[in-house]
Amino acid sequence: MTPDSLDLWDSQMRREIRAEVRKALANLGQEAAPPEGEGPVVELEDVCLSYGEHTVLDGVSLALQRGETLSVLGGSGAGKSTILRLILGLSLPDSGEVRVEGKDISHVPLTQVLALRRNMGMVFQEAALFDSLTVYDNVGFYLHEHTHLSEGEIEFRVRESLGLVDLEPEQVMGLLPAELSGGMKKRVGIARAVVHRPRLLLYDEPTSGLDPITTRTINDLILKLQGEIEVSSIVVTHDIRSAFRTSNRVALLFEGSLVFVGSPEEMVATEDEYVREFLR
Amino acid sequence: MSLSETARTPLRYVNDALKGWAFHTQEYFRLLFRSMHGSISRPFYARDLVIQMDAIGVGSIGIVLLTGLFTGMVLALQSAVEMKQFGATIYIGRLVGASAVRELGPVLTALMVTGRAGSGMAAEIGAMRVTEQIDALTTMSVDPVRKLVVPRFVAAILCLPLLTVVTDVVAVMGGMLIAVVKLDLTVDLYMRSVYLTLADTGFIFRYIPIDVFSGILKPVFFGAIIAITGCYFGLKTSGGTEGVGRAATRAVVTTSIFILATDYFLTQVLIALLIE
Repeated sequence: MTPDSLDLWDSQMRREIRAEVRKALANLGQEAAPPEGEGPVVELEDVCLSYGEHTVLDGVSLALQRGETLSVLGGSGAGKSTILRLILGLSLPDSGEVRVEGKDISHVPLTQVLALRRNMGMVFQEAALFDSLTVYDNVGFYLHEHTHLSEGEIEFRVRESLGLVDLEPEQVMGLLPAELSGGMKKRVGIARAVVHRPRLLLYDEPTSGLDPITTRTINDLILKLQGEIEVSSIVVTHDIRSAFRTSNRVALLFEGSLVFVGSPEEMVATEDEYVREFLR
Repeated sequence: MSLSETARTPLRYVNDALKGWAFHTQEYFRLLFRSMHGSISRPFYARDLVIQMDAIGVGSIGIVLLTGLFTGMVLALQSAVEMKQFGATIYIGRLVGASAVRELGPVLTALMVTGRAGSGMAAEIGAMRVTEQIDALTTMSVDPVRKLVVPRFVAAILCLPLLTVVTDVVAVMGGMLIAVVKLDLTVDLYMRSVYLTLADTGFIFRYIPIDVFSGILKPVFFGAIIAITGCYFGLKTSGGTEGVGRAATRAVVTTSIFILATDYFLTQVLIALLIE
């Protein structure tokens, strides 16, 4: 084969694999996850949660619309990350409802919780990459666990996801998490979260501990993903600048209660004393 | 603080301690039953099982060989001092064989594997807990018990009896070395003495001496204890890197105590069932 014919064969093979992957993932989506419905993707209604005598969330009501990016702001210990745990079904509220795709995640059987989770991707604060696995295995983990895709199809998908977060697959696929910088770890974490094309992406402090340039890169990625994979997102952060840059709406938590929900512009214009203090 | 409140404080402390103990006991046995169920139902993580068998089994061979060798040698040496007084050194093989195969082989192997692999399990899973890797598994709809605990549980159950056999054999060889070199016994005499003591208690399944059988059965339980205790403390880790160290220490101490206590009760049961 000449180099030209090799290229042709390569591009043809890539097209075929892409079609196969789309078909398999479409089938997977139909089997594993509930179909995309109407109304908000996530809805919290009068949610209360306490650990012993410590109140974490006190009557929180919040909704995430389809295609929207909502940032949840607040100081340390305000209960921001707890909201993500509730949405994932990792914690249960003492009272109130947490609805994902219209289903109360705290009152559905485990099989349905698992099915709902298959529509979600989670980006952890410290990326939470599996130490003993390479970047390739980390990003392809979900596909290896839950699909019957061939290794070639998984590799194609992993490369695509790494490309989506502006990483060069050839350079990083064989590396272990310990060999990556903080920013690269976050990007690999995002690639892992989007590899199965979730409808809901949850970010837990995606820019914490990063320098300003890497922070901007991560924020750009969040914006890029909104456009490219049409995902609804909740970003938990204490970084006001990042929240304003990436979000359609922001919510502010103070001691377990929501003190503000609205657009970034509305937040800047509000007269609420705590909000103004927080922005300062 | 009023008198009634002062009196209530220690009571509350006792109440909390008892509730905590009951909760941990319940969670420990829940993890054990989930692991047992996971061992016989899908999904199976064959690759993880092989990795764990390599870590627990192959990785522990070195320390097990050394433990067995020196235990056998010191048993022969110590008993020789006493037995020489009665001219009974020809029974050294009986003493070494019985001690190694019945008790020291299984218990010392389990304690060595606890120190090496049990602490490793607690530290590894504990580190995964504090760095949110276990939450990441859960969010990807993967059951951490099936993915992390079951392969370790099965690997420990399979590897411990094999490692115990290695310890037993090497301990008997260590005893033989001393018997031949220091006490001028012949290999034949020593080995015959070992065989006679093992045959004394009778056979099970026609060919397997009861001592050997019980010596291989005990490590199955010890393997389960090592894996479940190590993984339990790993999964319950909190408090960052300091918590990981604490979890590893607690896992080793608790497993060691459990092994020694279980050994006593198992011995009682096995004697009642097989010998009496």
